[in-house]
Amino acid sequence: MPPGKGGTLIVGLGNEYRRDDAVGLIVARRLKEAAPEHVRVLEESGEGTALMESWQGADTVILIDAVDSGAKPGTLRRLDAHRQPIPTRFFHYSTHAFGVAEAIELARVLSQLPPRLIVYGIEGKTFEAGLGLSPEVEKAAQKVVERVLGDLRRPVATKRMLNS
Amino acid sequence: MKSRTIKVDYLARVEGEGALYIKISNNTVTDVKFKIWEPPRLFEAFLRGRSYSEAPDITARICGICPIAYQMSSAHAMEGAFGVTVDRQVRALRRLIYCGEWIESHPLHVYLLHAPDFLGYEDAIQAAADHPEIVQRGLQLKKVGNGLMALLGGREVHPINVRVGGFYKVPTKQELAPFIEKLKWARDAALETVRWTATLPFPDFEQDYEFVALRHPDEYAITEGRLVSNKGLDIAISDYDDHFVEEHVAHANALRSTLKERGAYLVGPLARYNLNFDKLSPLAQQAARDAGFGPVCRNPFKSIVVRSVETVYACDEALRIIDQYEMPEKPAVEVQPRAATGYGCTEAPRGILYHRYRVDAQGVILDAKIVAPTSQNQKSIESDLWQFVPKYMDLPTEELTRRCEQAIRNYDPCISCATHFLKLHIERD
Repeated sequence: MPPGKGGTLIVGLGNEYRRDDAVGLIVARRLKEAAPEHVRVLEESGEGTALMESWQGADTVILIDAVDSGAKPGTLRRLDAHRQPIPTRFFHYSTHAFGVAEAIELARVLSQLPPRLIVYGIEGKTFEAGLGLSPEVEKAAQKVVERVLGDLRRPVATKRMLNS
Repeated sequence: MKSRTIKVDYLARVEGEGALYIKISNNTVTDVKFKIWEPPRLFEAFLRGRSYSEAPDITARICGICPIAYQMSSAHAMEGAFGVTVDRQVRALRRLIYCGEWIESHPLHVYLLHAPDFLGYEDAIQAAADHPEIVQRGLQLKKVGNGLMALLGGREVHPINVRVGGFYKVPTKQELAPFIEKLKWARDAALETVRWTATLPFPDFEQDYEFVALRHPDEYAITEGRLVSNKGLDIAISDYDDHFVEEHVAHANALRSTLKERGAYLVGPLARYNLNFDKLSPLAQQAARDAGFGPVCRNPFKSIVVRSVETVYACDEALRIIDQYEMPEKPAVEVQPRAATGYGCTEAPRGILYHRYRVDAQGVILDAKIVAPTSQNQKSIESDLWQFVPKYMDLPTEELTRRCEQAIRNYDPCISCATHFLKLHIERD
């Protein structure tokens, strides 16, 4: 059964075998080593309803996924789901019919968004079948690890008040 | 306008992406191309040189929606190659986790992907704004399937507990007990789903399909059986390659499957239902009859109801298995590799998933072949559109496009299995 709910949850999303699409998973693995013990870290494929289930009960959720929006590879975006809708085009490369953006927007309609939901999108260069990140994306991955650790250090209560 | 090409760049609400192109000239459909390309081809290359024991976990990565199907087809193929038969209760547990996958996959498609077409919504998010309780029911139902997969598979998305010969760890009867109440709720919710989907508006459209599915003498076939059709096919799965061919088509990177003798065929819920209605549980049969469905259904749009009936069955069957479960002595049987060819074919939510492996005496994979359900349905999808578009030719382009997308979604195409990107181009000049 899944581990205990509540607190802070980090979810890395992606497909291991689609080059830069794996970046969310790789960041999650690094955070698993680096994050404080009370922080739960999950790896998911990006199927939306599983994502909605995973964050049930959590106060703070940080999602990390690859993005395909036409920007420069390695470009980093940080979105606060409570402040803006998540553009579905970002995650178009996803092979899931019901993916990350859909999950966030459906959760919004059903009043099931976690109190704090941050999405990190890393612009990928290649989503072709195969293993290994592009150099630009690898560089961005390290940056995301540091920024998420920064998020974790910041007092969550302030954010939650802002968002509620 | 006598000639037109309808074009849509992106088809939403199907798993994965590809493309569809329809050309209409002088009010006649002159071209239909359903374009997909296939990662399984790549996985076949990944598998070469790997150990037989890695096949279930590697192939599970092909699809985040139906990993169990990949694990089962590959495990069965290897067990066949090595002449191994699993324990009766291990077999039952495999059926149970597969029921979990159906309970997870079918409601996802019924509620979140297909229903919005019938209700006139852009997507499930819009539908949820007006009918939150219906969408919630779908999510809850799917969650029960997820739970079963998580318990038996070790985790929800890419289960890791399935191995050649059985499982790494099997549950105790006590561990399964909490699922009884959940599955009873899910069975009721699935019955409600049948009643609800049966009230949706269906286009008047039937096709004389050749349905292909597994058939088993004692059960609604999921994990094993002979491959049969309503047009005379009745073969062992090891004879698959004698009867089915994959052809290259110029417009797609995908290989498209056909029956050597008769061409297009249909796999999936509609095929299983038509070929195995008599093997559904009495409750599932009754649910279908109460909804006005007999043992034959040739309207692909009604597959949304058939998926709901199969969800009733999967809940019912899961409850039966849990009731009769006794923990096996060992979670897996010993496997001794030998040089051989093994065949696996199981009923993924979307239809038969065929695996074939040739391994050497040490169990190293020499070559692999994987045929996913959607690549088998590709030709039937195109054939539906050839017939469907002329009937609705007078509709405005936007509406016709929407109808074509709905017709494609009848198949719940899992293009992440069969392919990657689906873009839809329906063009009229």
